[in-house]
Amino acid sequence: MRNAGGSGNFLIMRVNWHDYPVEGQWDELVRPDGRARPGAGRLLKTLAGFDAEELALRQGAADLAIKAMGITFTVYHQEEGSIDRAWPLDIIPRVIALREWRRIERGLVQRVRALNAFIDDVYHDREIVKAGRFPGTYLENSANYRPQCQGISPPLGIWAHICGSDLVRAADGTVYVLEDNLRVPSGVSYMLENRKVIKRVFPELFERIAIQPVDDYPSQLFDTLAALSPRPSEYPEVVVLTPGIYNSAYFEHAYLAQQMGCELVEGRDLLVGEDDCVYARTVEGLTRVDVIYRRVDDLFLDPEVFDQDSMLGVRGLMRAWQAGNVALANAPGAGVADDKLVYTFVPDMIRFYLGEEPLLPNVPSWLCADPESRRYVLEHLAELVVKPVNESGGYGMLIGPASTQAEREAFAGLIRRQPRNYIAQPTLSLSTVPTEISNRIEPRHVDLRPFILSSDRVHVTMGGLTRVAMRKGSLVVNSSQGGGSKDTWIVGRD
Amino acid sequence: MLSRVAENLYWLARYMERAENTARMIQVNANLVLDLPGGVTAGWAPLIRIVEATEAFEASGRKYGERGVIAFLVGDYDNPCSIVSSIALARENARTVRDMIPRELWEHVNDLHLYAREHLKGGLARRERHQHLQYVIEAAQAFTGILEGTMIRGMGFRFLSAGRYLERADMTCRIVDVRSSSLLVDKEAESLKPYENIQWMSVLKSLTGYQMYRLKKRVRVHSDAVVEFLMLDDEFPRAVYSCLGHLEVQLSSLPNNTDPLRVVTRLRRHLLEQPLRDVRADSLHAYIVEVLEGLGEVHDSLAQNYFDPELATRRA
Repeated sequence: MRNAGGSGNFLIMRVNWHDYPVEGQWDELVRPDGRARPGAGRLLKTLAGFDAEELALRQGAADLAIKAMGITFTVYHQEEGSIDRAWPLDIIPRVIALREWRRIERGLVQRVRALNAFIDDVYHDREIVKAGRFPGTYLENSANYRPQCQGISPPLGIWAHICGSDLVRAADGTVYVLEDNLRVPSGVSYMLENRKVIKRVFPELFERIAIQPVDDYPSQLFDTLAALSPRPSEYPEVVVLTPGIYNSAYFEHAYLAQQMGCELVEGRDLLVGEDDCVYARTVEGLTRVDVIYRRVDDLFLDPEVFDQDSMLGVRGLMRAWQAGNVALANAPGAGVADDKLVYTFVPDMIRFYLGEEPLLPNVPSWLCADPESRRYVLEHLAELVVKPVNESGGYGMLIGPASTQAEREAFAGLIRRQPRNYIAQPTLSLSTVPTEISNRIEPRHVDLRPFILSSDRVHVTMGGLTRVAMRKGSLVVNSSQGGGSKDTWIVGRD
Repeated sequence: MLSRVAENLYWLARYMERAENTARMIQVNANLVLDLPGGVTAGWAPLIRIVEATEAFEASGRKYGERGVIAFLVGDYDNPCSIVSSIALARENARTVRDMIPRELWEHVNDLHLYAREHLKGGLARRERHQHLQYVIEAAQAFTGILEGTMIRGMGFRFLSAGRYLERADMTCRIVDVRSSSLLVDKEAESLKPYENIQWMSVLKSLTGYQMYRLKKRVRVHSDAVVEFLMLDDEFPRAVYSCLGHLEVQLSSLPNNTDPLRVVTRLRRHLLEQPLRDVRADSLHAYIVEVLEGLGEVHDSLAQNYFDPELATRRA
């Protein structure tokens, strides 16, 4: 438990940023000379005035607010079943100057446009394959390619309406895109709740610093979804489809439904009528549904087409979608561009579809499917991170520098057997942010997940969800694996 | 409102009310058994019949004694109508509609579930029985209090209330029925006369109705007046007739309410027009069975109208 102050045993320890250990990595707030990065000046000055007791008080206030606001995430526990845990939030925000953010924002918009163009192309004429810029065989072997989507044209030609792209910053300050989540990316509710909590913790800073607000998101999400309605003249009936209370992101599903003023539905609440329209079972009878923000994976969406045993989906949903009677966000099949092998082609897609140079670089990657790259990867396993192409949440990876000889041998076998399933990247030293650790401030590694909404308009969240690895030196930021989070401040005026 | 959500709210309230009234029912029977001279009561077996769980009870391999019946009714997770099961089911329903109910209400139900798992599982030692059952009753009362004090009067509130009043009417009937089955001998039997009033007094007390009875009826406790009070009073909130009145009020603000309202109104009229004239064991039991059937029809019409709209659409 954290001490909430008042014991009197604390030594007066004020923060001296010149003693803060930055060396060898990029810190988001503190320059190597101990001075503040753009936008972080006032925050660092305020923190410098805190002793251990004040720091503990503020963190205690944040923890209490999170408990009181009921911000939880669900983890599956072997004995207890699924249990709700309080969301871990560190009080020290991550700061990005607005000028830099505008550049990142443009890069994200560019990227998502190209990704949507690619998905649409994949399910239509495959110009990119014809042009010899993308090997068609990679598609057929992709776990997230859906032949059922071939020839379908969703509204506005957009497949990935909600995209969460993970960004990391390397030691030289370059921001890279680590991956794009185009299936059911989660975390945005925590971005919104983190802001509410931190406003309570540092009200004085919000008064003095121009921190860009984030709370537009639910209305932007609603507008994004509403624009997809097949009945544009009517007030659209938008619902959020959740797998149910046992899903780890259930809090978020309920939260977003509530914030948008929509019904939170499960598969069994919906049915597809003989007219191929989707209806909700309500106390007033069946009511037509126009747009489904689905947080259920493709394969469970419709037992008629995909997993026949799925209890989470709606029989006939794909039929209704193909007939254009309901919009699904994200569209089924959008995950084809979520594949890490496809990821390596995104810079080429930007050049091919948009005729532009990519504004945000990919992390350099080796495709194990390519014989020459494979040879390099196998020879350098101890330095590289090897990732399976279809996993998310940090599962099934080999982190070379932290691996044993036996693990490397096992991975070498996996790569040789199924080269298409793996890519390798250099081990990046993620940037750090000062973080409260037992009433002291220490650097911890972070990433950033902004969310990009696309339909008739494109919106990028102001910042996003900063995830932080709470263990010293760790690069694992996933909340299911002990990661925490931070509020993200975009500071400045245009 | 989604049918599933309406149904979950309705059952949340029903299960809480069921847990409370099962506790009350056990209390009343415990008092009866103690008050009557040995050999004239049927002991604990009738409770199983009254909650319509004979088959499940016999499958459980328990014996029809005090210990077996109480273990089955209080702490058996395999028995779907035990107190621990009712509380667990209430919690499960609450969990899926957390966004619809006040946060305090969810936390309260969750706490009760944890309490039940710790203290009630497997049955109760005799000396702590009263205390734990009283805890359940009070927790259920607090549940209603939180609802009344914090929830907006929207559709969610109506479905919760509907569930509560229907279950309460149902359980009041069953508690009165406990009395009918424990009186095996003819009411004219001289040797039992002294016990007559004591027994009805304990029924009233188990429903927290003794004082209210005295205030309202202004007569001493006797069988006809007590049965009339518990079945037909329009002001005592645990009386069947009064519960149906509350139910009627809640239904009148719901959409598509023609069918369920008709069923409720018919049942209320029936209660008034066919009052019980004879409080002997057989006729009392037959009367209760009839009222319970009427309550079952109310549930069916709610289910058809609100919880299974496909059916309703097809009918329309």
